[in-house]
Amino acid sequence: MPAKATRAAFGEALLELGARDERIVALDADLSKSTMTVGFAKKFPDRAFNLGIAEQNAIGVAAGLALAGRIPFVCSFACFIVGRFETIRMSVAYTNANVKIVGTHAGIAIGEDGYSQMGLEDVACVRALPNVPVVQPADEAETRQAVAWAAGHEGPVYLRLTRQAMEAVSPPDYRFELGRWPLLRSGHDVTLVASGGPLFNCLRAAEQLAAEGIHADVLNASSIKPLDEDGLLRSAGRTGHVVTVEDHTVAGGLGGAVAELLSEVLPTPLKRLGVQGFGESGDPAGLYARHGLDAGGIAASVRKFLKR
Amino acid sequence: MTHTARLEAIARDCRVQIIRMLAHAGSGHPGGSLSVIDLVVTLLFERMRHDPARPAAPERDRLILSKGHAVPAVYAAMARAGYFAEDRLITLRKLGSPLQGHPDRTALPGIEAATGSLGQGLSVAVGLALGLRLAGSSARVYCILGDGEIQEGQVWEAAMSAPRLGQPRHPLDNLTVILDYNKIQLDDFVAKILDLEPLVAKWKAFGWPVLEIDGHKIDQIDAALEQARATRGTPTFVVAHTVKGKGVSFMEHNPEWHGKAPKPAEAIAAIREILGVPEAGWERHLASDPRARALVDELRGLEKR
Repeated sequence: MPAKATRAAFGEALLELGARDERIVALDADLSKSTMTVGFAKKFPDRAFNLGIAEQNAIGVAAGLALAGRIPFVCSFACFIVGRFETIRMSVAYTNANVKIVGTHAGIAIGEDGYSQMGLEDVACVRALPNVPVVQPADEAETRQAVAWAAGHEGPVYLRLTRQAMEAVSPPDYRFELGRWPLLRSGHDVTLVASGGPLFNCLRAAEQLAAEGIHADVLNASSIKPLDEDGLLRSAGRTGHVVTVEDHTVAGGLGGAVAELLSEVLPTPLKRLGVQGFGESGDPAGLYARHGLDAGGIAASVRKFLKR
Repeated sequence: MTHTARLEAIARDCRVQIIRMLAHAGSGHPGGSLSVIDLVVTLLFERMRHDPARPAAPERDRLILSKGHAVPAVYAAMARAGYFAEDRLITLRKLGSPLQGHPDRTALPGIEAATGSLGQGLSVAVGLALGLRLAGSSARVYCILGDGEIQEGQVWEAAMSAPRLGQPRHPLDNLTVILDYNKIQLDDFVAKILDLEPLVAKWKAFGWPVLEIDGHKIDQIDAALEQARATRGTPTFVVAHTVKGKGVSFMEHNPEWHGKAPKPAEAIAAIREILGVPEAGWERHLASDPRARALVDELRGLEKR
């Protein structure tokens, strides 16, 4: 499969699911061309609702639609949709409404638009809600599966998607399961836990490191809440060192979740790689390099962490 | 007993239960519960199709109390309607009770959405109305807003969207929104904090037909809800002018009683007023009204604790 933005894969998957299940509806806040629900809206105009630049209302309307038996996907940039956190907290989570919240344009990889459009704290926010799984699929194949899973899951879900194209990394017969991380590469020296944007860079870093004699497990942490606790503990117990890699603020996201689990259950030396401080404008590759999320940066951090 | 008198009697009983449950809880919001109760009673006992034995029935009409702090009014009416036993009312706000301090859909069947973080209920009601239309249901959705609450921006996002949403095939004429305009919010009078006026002009400008009524006159409430039901192509907005703390002289028009529970002696005085018994005749009344007698004894028992 060629590289594809997970938001694009989402748009296609939603269109396919929508044809099979008339309960599926899409809500947007004037970004349907960017969240890629525009195809769904064209095909199913009676089931697509553009609420204008009013995300709080879009989330609440989605909750009401869910309470009336529809399966709403409410979509915007991750920062804008999760930015209306209190509405998600009450009208979706506490109400336990069957709403699928879709945040696209995750992370600094959106590039030139800069910090105001970057979803950088969304995982930390949504992860704090007791009943909202957080899923960040890695590539087109996994996105299609995750969208279908979300539509079938009874209860709120947060899907985190990328603007940028994502290289195919999933095995051909892969099935997404909540709380299960596919092992993309096997090693015994260090566990690399990566999610979303920098995952492919992580695989390239693992290749570089292998050439130097450092062999890494690479786990695709597409399910951020819940974590794959068994998979993580099994790998960490074998390697004794864990590195998390995410395009999200380094506080409270995947790295934070992994730190919480390991420190309580299996204290293991841990290095968290992510975005430090606010994001900024720039080309995506340059931004990843600046924040140490390119293959070279990840490999350098691993070497330093292992003191090799 | 006339039709209206029956509803007034139920509302009076519910007022008594509101005072009782708040006195037991030791905290809560009497002012807004007493201002909204005539609206809630007219909805649950006259307008809405619902069955306490089947609270999840798909064809039921829905009530979203966006001003969630007034939920004692809804609990009192639900108990009276048979959703649960009246003696459970005094578990309000107690550990383990489904009668949460603000509405919790997952805790109590019949509550349609979590509300109380103000400004959110109208959006949910709009979505519900749209979803029911999409499903081909004839069920109606009622949403009660507080006046201070509509200072929240989300209310105006919803206000802008509702008259247009679903048009032309699925207009939200199954949605009626009622404003409990009691003129007082937590800190002070609404007009002093952030005035809403010209209120009717604002909602009209957002595309809503607006009706204005006295929110304590059952016949006016019922007539407005009937007019809303008969209206095609658009949701309807009803401004119900009410009195905060209605029925209890020392609570009426007084911001102090927005969020303060009556002490047992205050609760007994409030119940006496709600029952319309002058102070001089109270002991004699209690001798002839065993329910009131038991209630007063129960509240006096609280004092000793």
